[in-house]
Amino acid sequence: MLFRILGKEKFRSLIEVILESNEIIAPKRVGSNASGEPIHQFLPIDAFDEMDLDYRTTEYSAKTYFLPYRENLCSFNLDDGDWQQEISYRIQPRAIIGLRAYDINALLKLDKVFIRNKFPSPYYVSRRENTFIVGLDHDPLEDEFSQSMGTDIVTHGFDLFLTDLGDRYFVAIASDRGFNLLNRVEVREVTDDDTNTYKEVRRRILAGFKTKINVHNLPNLLDLEFTSEVWEKWGKKCLSCGSCAMVCPTCYCYGVNEEVSMDFSKATRVKQLHSCNLLDFAEVAGGHNFRPDQQTRLKYRYYHQHRGFVEDYDEPKCVGCNRCGRVCLAGISPAAVIKDLYEENL
Amino acid sequence: MKHLKIEQKRPRIAVFDFTGCEGCELQLTNKEENLGAFLNAIEVVCFREASSDEGEDYDIALIDGAITRPDEIERLKAIRKQAKLLVAMGSCACFGGVNKLKNAYDLDEANREVYGDLPKETIPTMAVDEVVPVDLKLPGCPVSKDEIERVVQHLAWDLPLPSYAYPVCVQCKQRYTVCRFDVGELCLGPITRAGCNAPCPAGGLGCWGCRGPAEAPNYEEFFALAKEKGFSEEEINERLSFFGGFEDVLL
Repeated sequence: MLFRILGKEKFRSLIEVILESNEIIAPKRVGSNASGEPIHQFLPIDAFDEMDLDYRTTEYSAKTYFLPYRENLCSFNLDDGDWQQEISYRIQPRAIIGLRAYDINALLKLDKVFIRNKFPSPYYVSRRENTFIVGLDHDPLEDEFSQSMGTDIVTHGFDLFLTDLGDRYFVAIASDRGFNLLNRVEVREVTDDDTNTYKEVRRRILAGFKTKINVHNLPNLLDLEFTSEVWEKWGKKCLSCGSCAMVCPTCYCYGVNEEVSMDFSKATRVKQLHSCNLLDFAEVAGGHNFRPDQQTRLKYRYYHQHRGFVEDYDEPKCVGCNRCGRVCLAGISPAAVIKDLYEENL
Repeated sequence: MKHLKIEQKRPRIAVFDFTGCEGCELQLTNKEENLGAFLNAIEVVCFREASSDEGEDYDIALIDGAITRPDEIERLKAIRKQAKLLVAMGSCACFGGVNKLKNAYDLDEANREVYGDLPKETIPTMAVDEVVPVDLKLPGCPVSKDEIERVVQHLAWDLPLPSYAYPVCVQCKQRYTVCRFDVGELCLGPITRAGCNAPCPAGGLGCWGCRGPAEAPNYEEFFALAKEKGFSEEEINERLSFFGGFEDVLL
């Protein structure tokens, strides 16, 4: 890994250079909540001042820029009793600024599923390869447990990763395109003083994690607690609204259907993200539903996050951002559910 | 027209208005970009808002509006006799809609309030299925033209009918909309059937439940959390009873 120091005023130039030939997605303030706290979302920006890097969190992850909520997989032209299929992948260059370490780790997990798996997804690959990622360190949120999930630190999967040292950024460079881009603005070598300040900031960040969950032996524990009443306790609260999966940076389950144009000359195959908490998630042809109860569906959500994914990819799917816990109107949060499982709290 | 050896049927459709604003019928004539294709795919036998034809040999009847007068009952029964498929179109036809608010008042008083000294014969508001069996319900205020198109495609081409078991939250989230509860508003999204693509929350208004309940909504938890967030039973009930889709679960 290469490191450089980027002055804050030069950072503005860097963003302007990126904007010349890329769409930029960045945290943008979209309003305030009922307590007056700002609400941020990852949205396209047209100028440096539109982004707000002092954001605490975003209600949604930036997942939709890699796995769109709704994506056309292909289209069909029906003509003269024959048909042609057309497929196109998104290749327009895009940059995402200000992703947290856990959000980049989320992408690394999705990479395992959609790039390194037996059947890579060209839709995902083209979006991922054509997205330039500038990460940004942050002081942990009260309720995030990314440290427990080992996702508070990231060493690859991005182009540049910035740590705020007050008047300057400490920049980790993880790609040649990141290196080349950085060279278009003025940067300087790292001094011992910079390294010491960086270490201090990192120590402060590490000391800031308040919420911790015990993930040691969690896959085993989940197997043992398959019939635990903890599932009923939390499951009966679940609204089966799918909000947790929608805001999650790693939930990737989807459904596919075909839409036909009204003149019956074209059809489109559409992929749409779904959620394991939705009532019809496990409904099959003939009408049988394998998971008709909300508590079973909630349980299987936890099983995929913390057990099934571990079996397939040697790590949990959850990154500990707690967006699901924050978005859940019923107040179901992973930290509370997992704590209950360990303690059999009913 | 024949594609891939599939013969296209051309459903013979009639549209009938009962008590309502007729906005759902207007929806049928919206979406001009493919209106020609839409009208090509069906045969309009009777549709007062869009055609001067008044044919009676229709197979499919789209019913707009609620039933609020004795003569409407007779008319609806006659339509049911003719129609092979009867569709309740919009929240008024499906649940009674805003017209159902009338049922909370004395009928004579309501009559006087609206018609003064020229009273009309009136009965308590009913949804269409309180009078005749309904084959398909398409709730919404107004009905979604996209959903009507899917029905036509089902009838013409046997394409599967889409159904939305899940609540509005899914579609709201898929639009990146800020949760209305976050900004301190009441929203029926978590218990209301999706399929509308959540335009109200995206426009800054919590859901009023025009599409009625999703499949198996978790009312108990929803009411508990709404109260916990400071909304009174009165506020929640007002919201629930607005379109008539939740009248069985009022607090």
